[in-house]
Amino acid sequence: MDTNQYMGMFLEESREHLQTLNSCVLDLENDPENLSVLSEIFRSAHTIKGMSATMGFTTIAELTHEMENILDLLRKGQLKASHDIIDTIFKCVDTLEQLVESVATNNESSIDSKPLIVRLKALAKGESVLPAVEKTVIKAAASEISTIELSDTEIAVIKKARAQGMQAYEVQISLREGCLLKSARSYMVMNALDEIGEVIKSIPVVEELEKENFALTFQVIVVSGSEADKIQQAVLSISEIDKAVALPCVLPADSSGQTITEKPVEQASKVQDEHAKTANVAVAAQTTVEKKNRSGQSVRVDIDKLDTLLNLVGELVINKTRLEQIGLTHKLTDLVETIEQMDRVTTDLQAVVMKVRMVPVGQVFNRFPRMVRDLSRDLNKEINLIIQGEETELDRTVIDEIGDPLVHLLRNSIDHGIEHPDERQEKGKNPIGEVRLIARHEGNNVIIMVEDDGKGINADVIKNIAVKKGLISQAEADAMDVNDAVRLVFLPGFSTAEVVTDVSGRGVGMDAVKNKIESLGGMVDVETKINEGSKFKIRLPLTLAIIQALLVKVSEEIYAIPLGSIDSTINITPADIKTVQNKEVILIRGQIIPIVRLANVLTVPETEQEQPEELFVVIVHIGEQRAGVIVDNLIGQQEIVIKSLGKLLAGIKVIAGATILGNGQVALIIDIGSLIQ
Amino acid sequence: MSEKNYSNSEIQLVAFKLGREEYSVSILQVQEIKRITDITRVPHTPDYIKGVINLRGSVLPVIDLKKRLNLPQQAPTEDTRIIIVKVDELSVGMIVDAVSEVMTINQEDIDAPDVVVGNVASNYLSGVGKLENRLLILLNLEEIIGAGQEAKIV
Repeated sequence: MDTNQYMGMFLEESREHLQTLNSCVLDLENDPENLSVLSEIFRSAHTIKGMSATMGFTTIAELTHEMENILDLLRKGQLKASHDIIDTIFKCVDTLEQLVESVATNNESSIDSKPLIVRLKALAKGESVLPAVEKTVIKAAASEISTIELSDTEIAVIKKARAQGMQAYEVQISLREGCLLKSARSYMVMNALDEIGEVIKSIPVVEELEKENFALTFQVIVVSGSEADKIQQAVLSISEIDKAVALPCVLPADSSGQTITEKPVEQASKVQDEHAKTANVAVAAQTTVEKKNRSGQSVRVDIDKLDTLLNLVGELVINKTRLEQIGLTHKLTDLVETIEQMDRVTTDLQAVVMKVRMVPVGQVFNRFPRMVRDLSRDLNKEINLIIQGEETELDRTVIDEIGDPLVHLLRNSIDHGIEHPDERQEKGKNPIGEVRLIARHEGNNVIIMVEDDGKGINADVIKNIAVKKGLISQAEADAMDVNDAVRLVFLPGFSTAEVVTDVSGRGVGMDAVKNKIESLGGMVDVETKINEGSKFKIRLPLTLAIIQALLVKVSEEIYAIPLGSIDSTINITPADIKTVQNKEVILIRGQIIPIVRLANVLTVPETEQEQPEELFVVIVHIGEQRAGVIVDNLIGQQEIVIKSLGKLLAGIKVIAGATILGNGQVALIIDIGSLIQ
Repeated sequence: MSEKNYSNSEIQLVAFKLGREEYSVSILQVQEIKRITDITRVPHTPDYIKGVINLRGSVLPVIDLKKRLNLPQQAPTEDTRIIIVKVDELSVGMIVDAVSEVMTINQEDIDAPDVVVGNVASNYLSGVGKLENRLLILLNLEEIIGAGQEAKIV
């Protein structure tokens, strides 16, 4: 079977499910009795098993199978989710991750899952032998049934459903001939049916369906409040389904009197019991199904295609602006009106394309609880990771890049920031350290903060190290205030860890973090208080492609200043400019702000001009730093599409890129960061 | 352009003028020829970089070829053109005084650049073509705009 074309899908979905496994097992560790979490874990493991078996990755399938056995025992309450078991499950997840990645890179083999399987088996046996027996019983029962024969339990469930106004249907499903992923399809059918009702039986049993041990047809008995038509449609909406026929189920009791319902009390109570259990599971399943539904309506799109789409929209915006100007210069009212409408459409289009590229930061945050757990164990610290605002959305490109810097910051907080429990107790703190990872919107930016309530950063220690390493001079160090001193940690080659640990302290971390964030057009800053903790604040632009900018004129040239870094614009007279230590400054609302003459910085050719009586100053800021930029004229605010200057002109100071104006002319975008420094 | 076999020894060149001399580049490197448009000056670049232009939505750098080759300057005329060339995946515009024609020349009629010494540094040249009574200087674009230049700009 040629499964190559499904490879991408398999990898992506496996990774997704592994992620779910990771976070759910964490939840389970905190709340071992939580049945819904267990069910979700079970489902994910189950899906991975099904998919890998279909794709022929037996190692993965075997391991998940054993894992499933343990999970099943947990679910049935025959095993307790002890530390030992949770650890083993985590190990399984790790190994599965490795296995999946090895599939991706095409070199299987080196990973040995045998010891784990042995351990899983031991765990399963060690606690109870019962389940094995039960399983065989069920299996035996299942294989006995040839057509549709219902067990007492099933009949009871159907009867109860009928009493609630629901109906049981026997659904006959035929797959299209040549269907490749039979098990996947049958799984999807089960899912679809689960959504509108409750599947109480399938022939062959689910395990057989997964192993593809069936021809092209299978039967399912489902209890549902919907009509037969609806059920058929739900199944038919899945691709590669040839036929689906739903018929009301005929109970033996319907024809042969009430014999079955009048079972002994003992039996009835057992049924009740069973039913309660399934109901419980069903409720849990419902919630996960709901979750699945929301994401189920999505389409996976190659990020390159989205980039192309974004570029095209960018072009459209440029051309629209151009048309606008033609309409205005030639006074074509009709055209101007039409363009106004078009403007609305392009604005919406742009917003939608932007939104399409937006991904919740939760995608990155998801992997941190596990990391923090492992780290805190390694370091013998107790840490409570609090994540807030994981629904905050960011451009996909930013999301892809932000993971590593955050790992660095978190590791730093845990390794350097949070103290050992006994040390914390001595200080009168809660022995359990707290690390907060917070994301939120702030204007056109997204703020991500990594906060800890650890020992904080000692500015004097930082200064000493920086001086010792020759990064700054003693005089510079003496002149520094606390905040500046703490920012020294971002200097290349700085590390405070006295012992280089496995976790952090190689002296590359913070420097790399800063570079990465800045390359994304963002900023990182740090605040700290001794013994109260430190706070790393990352500010990131929502998107990288289209921004609002202020167009300014310097002599005859037009430049764009990103609106995000503009505070305000003011008019001053040349007399307002004072000189402090040979530097030009102005005083605004009691604040001294240094002046930058854009014409000088950009070496604009001088034109014969009288000294103007009024100067236009654009007040810009980067972090806490402010500056006043003197320009000749303000043109106005405009949406601009950022274009790169290309390889030949890469890395020019003060210029962040270029954009194309409405008249087709190219204007350069000022990089405020390098302008101020 | 040296390792072509004899049966296929003709190459096509786009010939253009810089001052009074005639220069040429391989037609395979030329993407299009444009009239001179608005060029936006880019600060902090070498003086031979004239600036950037908008070519159907993308931003392209433009080189003042005469400055690059150290030839005497003169003001743009009606005939001034921008030749857009592509070298190593990099599209660049070059300002020339006039584009004359596309011509076919035999490989055998191209001499190595060190034979003649003009005003132009020989590493920017890849050969000199003889055509009846004309001399065509073939430019080595890789050297003129190639990746080797990046370091100088930064």
